[in-house]
Amino acid sequence: MSRPKPTMRPLVWESGLEIQPIYTADDVERTGGLDGVGEPGEYPFTRGVHRHMYRARPWTMRQYSGFGTAAETQERFQYLIKHGNTGLNVAFDLPTQCGLDSDDPMARGEVGRVGMAVDTLADVEEAFAGIDLDAITVSMTINGSAVALMAMYFAMARKRGYELNKLRGNAQNDILKEFIGRGTWIFPVEPSVRLVVDTMEFCAEHAPKYSPVSVCGYHVRESGATPAQEMGYGLSIACAYLERAIARGLSADRCAAGLTFNFDIHGNLWEQVAKFRAGRRLWAHLLKERYGVTDPKAMRLRMIAGGGGGGLTIQQPHNNIVRGAYYAMTSALSGTQTMALCSWDEAYTIPSEDAARLSLRTMQILATEIGLCDTVDPLAGSWFVETTTNQMEELIREQMAELERQGGIVDAVASGWAQAEVNRQAYQLERRLRSGEFPKVGVNLHVDEGEVDQDVEFHPYRREEADKQLRRLAAVKEQRDDAAVATALQRVRGAAESGANVMPVILDAVEVYATVGEVVGALKDIFGTYAEPVRF
Amino acid sequence: MTRRIRVLIAKPGLDGHDVGAKILCRALRDAGMEVIYTGLRQSAEAIAATADEEDVAVVGLSVLSGAHVPLCEQLREELDRRGLLKGLLWMVGGNIPRRDIPALQALGVGGVFPTGSDFDDIVAFIEQEVPA
Repeated sequence: MSRPKPTMRPLVWESGLEIQPIYTADDVERTGGLDGVGEPGEYPFTRGVHRHMYRARPWTMRQYSGFGTAAETQERFQYLIKHGNTGLNVAFDLPTQCGLDSDDPMARGEVGRVGMAVDTLADVEEAFAGIDLDAITVSMTINGSAVALMAMYFAMARKRGYELNKLRGNAQNDILKEFIGRGTWIFPVEPSVRLVVDTMEFCAEHAPKYSPVSVCGYHVRESGATPAQEMGYGLSIACAYLERAIARGLSADRCAAGLTFNFDIHGNLWEQVAKFRAGRRLWAHLLKERYGVTDPKAMRLRMIAGGGGGGLTIQQPHNNIVRGAYYAMTSALSGTQTMALCSWDEAYTIPSEDAARLSLRTMQILATEIGLCDTVDPLAGSWFVETTTNQMEELIREQMAELERQGGIVDAVASGWAQAEVNRQAYQLERRLRSGEFPKVGVNLHVDEGEVDQDVEFHPYRREEADKQLRRLAAVKEQRDDAAVATALQRVRGAAESGANVMPVILDAVEVYATVGEVVGALKDIFGTYAEPVRF
Repeated sequence: MTRRIRVLIAKPGLDGHDVGAKILCRALRDAGMEVIYTGLRQSAEAIAATADEEDVAVVGLSVLSGAHVPLCEQLREELDRRGLLKGLLWMVGGNIPRRDIPALQALGVGGVFPTGSDFDDIVAFIEQEVPA
């Protein structure tokens, strides 16, 4: 009896691209050729944004961290720096992210839980005390209340003698993606976008080396989007900010240079590589052709891309260590500038110190032991990779065109269309996971029967730390000049209402120790709050 | 025809991770239930009020921030104040360590579905617990 002939089932990537078992030069030609590949460090940057990439300098390793009070967070920062972290990626607790003070009734049980609690400039001063802000760049994961937190960071740096026009770092400050996923919105869509543009304008004038916005395809992907959608939505969001900045009379070159990106990595390795190579090329084209950017340096899509939490599983959690390593490898093969890896226990909890160190060691092993830094864009020229890069660019363009048909990303978000679309994808993926059509080890195949309990170390929530924060806030309020605070907040309302840039007046307000909640509250007085279009 | 089961899915507290909650809404709707979703950042008071006004048989809370115990304590108070503790099926899902399950059950939570739970199991659980 002869063995049955193996049958090949069609293979389709999440983004919808059908994959062939064999690729040849003809496929590359058929999909647009190699003309768009170019040289590393040169327009259109398909091969990467720097000439020598990791040969000159490996990626920045920037683990996300922060919890409890500023003092506790400061300890974890020092720990990570001691172990080789070359940048900081600050997590804030939910009240801070939602613009509420620690003593707000809605903050009960949340103070310091998923990140550092910040109420006033005093907390920011304590968190970064003793950290050399020239040597360690600080990235703040803050969105809805970004104007307050950026102002506090600038005020802290200025008090310590750093000049704003030389200060490096970045804020996430991408509010449009918060409406799609992650959910720390505060104000309605239009004024929220206006605040982002205020920070772009302020930085262009006063802090040109600081990146005011890190556009996040990441959370769109985590909310259910395909890789092509992730890149398409991310680029559309970036275009929306840029267009508004240009409409305000700002230089397209300057604003484009201030934009950075944050993308997700999980799923198919090759699909991610094609996504990034295509995304870089498309962004450069858009900036040059649509917005008339002239400086090639401003056309570079610079990004943080690391292991996405969405790929990790609560089942057989140690498998996440292996996944994280492959995600990091994918990130390096995709030419990222900065990497952060979700730690293996992050499917459940704030990473333990050991798990965070393991993520860092994973990146260090990749950077030093196995040759990932040997040469630039090592996958270039592969018929498969160049063909799929060409095809992914088309799919990304289609995603952007679909958003345009919905009136653009701002309208698509305001109506709830974008959220519903991404959620529809999430539901489909969930169904495919349940049916086994989308393979996931430990979830729908190679399942450990009888697996019930995971032996993981949970990050403890300490009520006494929250109480400490409340006492600290009370003490700062006791010592500050209340009249000066009231005057400053009135000026914040004035700027919000008149359309003047709010950043200078918010900087004044935080300098006299106005709280995050007070600054955000003043803006709410003028803007109101977002009414979520509930669609699923 | 039997009356369709009415379910309220709620996001209490400040946690903005609503992918799971919205997927569950779709799954319950596909299973023939009437689903009301609150949207993000609801206070315990607002959730209890909605449960009351909408006359739902089931309330499902989705919490991923780790604040499930204090949030459930608050909701229990509010449900109690409205006399809704009896006769209402109350469930919690999200990042819930198994060691917290007894504490949640002691508060009156009928079903705990940690991240990774199968939505079909949740549907089956509701259909079994709620009298037709």
